[in-house]
Amino acid sequence: MKIGVCVKQVPAKDAPLAISEGGAWIRESDIGFETNEPDSFALEEALRLKEKHGGEVVAISMGPDRAKQTIKEALAKGADRGIHVADAEFFKLDPLGSARSLAAAIQGENFDLILTGLQSDDQGFGQTGVLLAELLGRAHATIIMQIEVTDARMKLKRELEAGWFQWVELPLPAVLSIQSGINKPRYATLKGIMAAKKKEIATVDRKSLGVSDAPTQRVEHIYVPQKTKKTEFITGQPKEIAAKLIEKLKHEARVL
Amino acid sequence: MNILVITEQREAKWNKVSFETLAAAQQIAQQTKGTLSAIVIGKGVAALADELAGCQLDEVLLVEHDLLDQYTPDGFTIALRQVIESAKPDLVLLPHTYQVRDFAPKLAASLGKGMIGDCISHRYENGKLVFVRQMFQGRTAADVVFAGDAPWIASFQAGAFRADLVAKHASGKAPVKAVSVNLAPGEIRTKPLELFREAKQAVDLTQAPILISIGRGIKAPENIQLAEKLAKLMGGEICASRPICDEGWLPMDRQIGSSGQTVAPKLYFALGISGAIQHVVGMKGSRTIAAINKDQNAPIFEVADYGVVGDLFEIVPALIEELEKSKSS
Repeated sequence: MKIGVCVKQVPAKDAPLAISEGGAWIRESDIGFETNEPDSFALEEALRLKEKHGGEVVAISMGPDRAKQTIKEALAKGADRGIHVADAEFFKLDPLGSARSLAAAIQGENFDLILTGLQSDDQGFGQTGVLLAELLGRAHATIIMQIEVTDARMKLKRELEAGWFQWVELPLPAVLSIQSGINKPRYATLKGIMAAKKKEIATVDRKSLGVSDAPTQRVEHIYVPQKTKKTEFITGQPKEIAAKLIEKLKHEARVL
Repeated sequence: MNILVITEQREAKWNKVSFETLAAAQQIAQQTKGTLSAIVIGKGVAALADELAGCQLDEVLLVEHDLLDQYTPDGFTIALRQVIESAKPDLVLLPHTYQVRDFAPKLAASLGKGMIGDCISHRYENGKLVFVRQMFQGRTAADVVFAGDAPWIASFQAGAFRADLVAKHASGKAPVKAVSVNLAPGEIRTKPLELFREAKQAVDLTQAPILISIGRGIKAPENIQLAEKLAKLMGGEICASRPICDEGWLPMDRQIGSSGQTVAPKLYFALGISGAIQHVVGMKGSRTIAAINKDQNAPIFEVADYGVVGDLFEIVPALIEELEKSKSS
């Protein structure tokens, strides 16, 4: 089974975010980056499918040069090779532009299965997997909690809302968006990290793919949201805070 | 602006977020002096179309087909593309449900268009419609506008608008128009099988007056007893954000948020929860929200009435002590 897995590099969870000049993105210079957490579940699922059914796992990431680090981490965990779709200004792409670029970059790979995470923790579009399927003419399913592959078909457990689930069947080739929590992502071993150094990362310049840049939507600016509620911050030593907070919950909010 | 809302039902029961989106659509139709239609799609859903016609709308489109009985992304995309191509709306609005996430980007792309997903509000200014969506897990917001020609497709987050503000039809009922679509079994690649619930829900968190909720900040499963002790003293139940349930530290039925339960207790006390969108949509209707988090910029403070920036492992024990003291006195 030949599996492609899309992994994105996003600002680290605790990175302090500052809006860039012009207001269309964040200042990248002083912050750390990490693999988008939802994508690590997709990678783990790809590695498990390979262990069970054989084949190859290819980690694909679009972004500036720094995105290679996320591919390297995937290689260290067990992916066989990587494809880096390079574009320093990839954040300007809308969901359709991103998916068109990725689709063009991987079209020739003819993956049996493409996995993505549920959404990215930065832009949070949550559309890439579904769009890739449409652009590549594949069947798809999203928010997947379990995958069973038999011959050229899959039985999938989809999470619905409010505690409901559904089994669906899908033919291969296909694209799946994986729900976070489906598995426990592994850590890279030292051996894996060493082995990754010999694995290939092919770099494709996104602009060379000839994909239309015409946006369907445009981010005018990004900003720290205005509060909808006025939060009363309670300060002091822990003991004082506890006394003040309970006082307020009892006598001001009257909820205790 | 001519607006088309795609409503959602399953087994002839509404997904009620549809009415929140309808409320938004009514506002936009009024602001842009446009028309408003709404689609009911499925099989055997004429009664829902009739119910929808009681709302302030110009027309209800009833899209029924044997192959739309159960949702499939292929079936819904093919059918809705036909309806959009013939109705020619400027703006198509959907509730941002799991089902919409599954097909709406595909529907948009099949029309050669993009979708602005998961919007929390909109503004109409100088003849331009601006959508607001969250980025970086709710730490920033973004103003987004459509580029290119209509139809434009957008979805609204659950809880972004109030369903009870949907205006009733001024003169009785809007007309219901049946729209036929062409669909063949060979076009549908997904085979939907049974729907099920994982387990009987042991606790009904929606009925709990006080909820103590834990997030990543609790750090380890052995620390949960601290929150449990606080819950017991306050007379509340314990619940959590998704990562805690994913780790198996608490059962899935105690999860609050878009994939768990939606609650509105009189007190929601968030311990070490950053407040990602997916969590906040499940609890922002709470009467009073208190939060302890070490990061003063955590988005949970956007919705909190009372906030404490600090270490929950110092503050929760102090709260427990304070409550025990007042109990014994």
